[in-house]
Amino acid sequence: MLRFILTRVTLVIPTFIGITLLAFALIRLVPGDPIEIRAGERGIDPVRHAQMMQEYGLDRPLLEQYADYIWDVLNGDFGASITTHQPVLREFFALFPATLELSICAMIFALAIGLPAGVLAATRRGTAVDYGVMGVSLTGYSMPIFWWGILLILLFSVHLGLTPVSQRISDLYWVDPVTGFMLIDTLLGDQEGAFLSALHHLVLPSIVLGTIPLAVIARMTRSSMLEVMGEDYIRTARAKGLGPGRTIWLHALRNALIPVITVVGLQVGVLLTGAILTETIFSWPGVGKWLVDAIGRRDYPRLQGGIMLIATAVILVNLTVDILYGIINPRIRHAR
Amino acid sequence: MARMTSALALGATLGLLLAGTAQATTLVYCSEGSPEGFNPQLYTAGTTFDASSKTIFNRLVEFERGTTTIIPGLAETWDISEDGLTYTFHLRAGVPFHSHDNFTPTRTLTADDVIYSFERQLDPENPYHNITGDTYEYFDGMSMGSLIDHIERVDDLTVRFVLTHPEAPFLANLAMDFASIMSLEHAEAMTAAGTPEEIDLNPVGTGPFVLVDYRQDAQIRYQAFQDYWNGPAAIDELVFSITPDASVRYARLQAGECHVMPYPNPADVPAMQADPNITVLEQEGLNVGYLAFNTEREPFTDPRVRRALYLAINKEAIIEAIFQGAAVPAVNPIPPTIWSYNWDIEDYPFDPEAARALLAEAGYPDGFTTNLWAMPVQRPYNPAARRMAEIIQANWAEIGVEAEIVTYEWGEYLARSAEGEHDTVLLGWTGDNGDPDNFMYVLLGCDAVAGGSNRSRWCYEPFDSLLRDAKLTTDLDERTRLYEEAQVIFHEETPWVPIAHSVVYMPVRNEVQDYLIDPFGGHIFYGVSLAE
Repeated sequence: MLRFILTRVTLVIPTFIGITLLAFALIRLVPGDPIEIRAGERGIDPVRHAQMMQEYGLDRPLLEQYADYIWDVLNGDFGASITTHQPVLREFFALFPATLELSICAMIFALAIGLPAGVLAATRRGTAVDYGVMGVSLTGYSMPIFWWGILLILLFSVHLGLTPVSQRISDLYWVDPVTGFMLIDTLLGDQEGAFLSALHHLVLPSIVLGTIPLAVIARMTRSSMLEVMGEDYIRTARAKGLGPGRTIWLHALRNALIPVITVVGLQVGVLLTGAILTETIFSWPGVGKWLVDAIGRRDYPRLQGGIMLIATAVILVNLTVDILYGIINPRIRHAR
Repeated sequence: MARMTSALALGATLGLLLAGTAQATTLVYCSEGSPEGFNPQLYTAGTTFDASSKTIFNRLVEFERGTTTIIPGLAETWDISEDGLTYTFHLRAGVPFHSHDNFTPTRTLTADDVIYSFERQLDPENPYHNITGDTYEYFDGMSMGSLIDHIERVDDLTVRFVLTHPEAPFLANLAMDFASIMSLEHAEAMTAAGTPEEIDLNPVGTGPFVLVDYRQDAQIRYQAFQDYWNGPAAIDELVFSITPDASVRYARLQAGECHVMPYPNPADVPAMQADPNITVLEQEGLNVGYLAFNTEREPFTDPRVRRALYLAINKEAIIEAIFQGAAVPAVNPIPPTIWSYNWDIEDYPFDPEAARALLAEAGYPDGFTTNLWAMPVQRPYNPAARRMAEIIQANWAEIGVEAEIVTYEWGEYLARSAEGEHDTVLLGWTGDNGDPDNFMYVLLGCDAVAGGSNRSRWCYEPFDSLLRDAKLTTDLDERTRLYEEAQVIFHEETPWVPIAHSVVYMPVRNEVQDYLIDPFGGHIFYGVSLAE
């Protein structure tokens, strides 16, 4: 087992190097540097430009910059944003809880609907329910997040007035960040109604962000369930006289879940990328919007730091998933 | 709406608890982005200025709200020497600074604060110069470093600026955001406490609003400064609720989640105007979108060719198609909101016939081939440069001029066009200080050819000498006359086709009173009130 975990962890290292290289190189391939972009049509004197490039250390050979950067990162220094002059790491951790909270809620939403829907479709295979679930999930999967978000806002917030349009909490409340998770911080504070307001604000963005994972989970659960339902042991269980409820929910679903867990793990990456769009639509103060801003401004330290940190989070989740079902399913462990 | 009322009631209760006053009014502004920081000396974005210089700080002189007129600010009066080299400012007495958790001021504004605010930007040896990076882009961009020779403290409430050369727009520069006055006592206290970074993170100014708290990408919260020298603001609390997407800002305005929103999508404006709860304010922006001919290149050395190409462009069609009507056709290089705008100049009509004749007269009866550069980004003065270029391309094809549309990534585009690699280029400008010099000298002066901002690379002595004279005198009537004359020359020589001044729309909810559009594109809430 230990050996299995070690192999998995070792594999992370080249992935990580690849990511740092990509994050570093890709941004620099985009023409225009942060100084030029900030000056805009006002222009900047070439002497001053060169001087500022030197101040930011951007005039040195790329490899040298990269080596220095990696060294700093290994020492826990991600540099300071060129835009705000604040340390990238501090900004990231101030904003990341918002992204995480939204992603978790979106995942809960996706699982809460996706799993039962998949099971339902599998057990009623070929009926209107099955076609309904599959049709809706295909639509959900193909939904452009941006359009879907605006659509829901227009319907639920503007026309029906049921949900707030955007932000994490009503502007009437001012919650001090303790954990950065609004749901927890509002409980820790003593402002009446703040928790409900935070919850209320999570509804639409969670639905929008959770839609694609929901579709994927529903489809995966369905096909995995169908496969399991055809297995001998299910027939045996039935033959023993076990009720359909117990057969499906206890025996079949439990075994059908393994591929679903894989998909859920992979969806974490999807969630974090989806969060970039969702955050922009709902003015959600997370790392997604923060990164998008950095692209426009060519804020190299913020961009490469942000990409690296998010990638690390995704790698860690996938590693955990890998190890987890090495534990759950011995066949996987021994196959490698 | 019921939800809104209960939310407001809750807000009022909260206000009661917090402030202990009878009725706390909170104005929510759905701003478009996060500020880069709260020290306006360090940054150049309008979003940053809205959140810092327009709320927290004042300047020696200010622009009167809603105009480009200069009025007294922290300086009550000022004298300018005959030779235009010495500006002496007499400060208002007893102007208090803000206080916050870690700082309580012990004195009011003095000449030392003014000197600190400028020396920090001016002098690389100043102890505060490097606190948060050492780039003072706007200060440098306006060439303040080479303009100010030195600053003297005459007495507690008198400060004197001595210039290296006479420069009439200097006073207008002092009303700009980077010239905000900060507290020296605060800087000293933070340095003594070992937290110099607090100087810029927790700013202390004299302005109408005190910064209470800021959450990046979420919210900025201000409270009215009760001791503000000009009387406290009519609203008690000001909230910037950061909402980057224009459609979402509109939805929030409709839902009553905010009172004021900037930068609506032009396509949404008709629906906003039809909404009984929303008033859409509008004003021409302090900007100009133009097409510049590279007058160093054949055949654009010939003014007849330039005028022919001008006559061939259908400006009205561009304004309809590109700006969806949200712009006025430009005639002069400065927008009509700036003093000295020459109303006597009549635009050249759209006349392809005359254009062809003029082209033939200049020796190009069959036209020629050229290139037309289009920006890759949206700017306030040109929301869709590529499509604009396509219209112009089609217009020119009518008179036999074949133009190839060229575009580069934005940084590259600016750099290459500054080098003069184009034949014709689309670009524009948004004014900094409301002075005609800031358009004409910066964009069309001879010095600006080498500097790169003169994209037509047009250096015409009769024009340039008028601009130089206008810099030397501080007499407004004389300057007006000089600029009016310069615009006549510009019109005759046509180094550009001025295309449009875009209109700024500002949707506000009906309960918002006395909101005025700032011609500089800022958003100012002192003087604004909310109806019950």
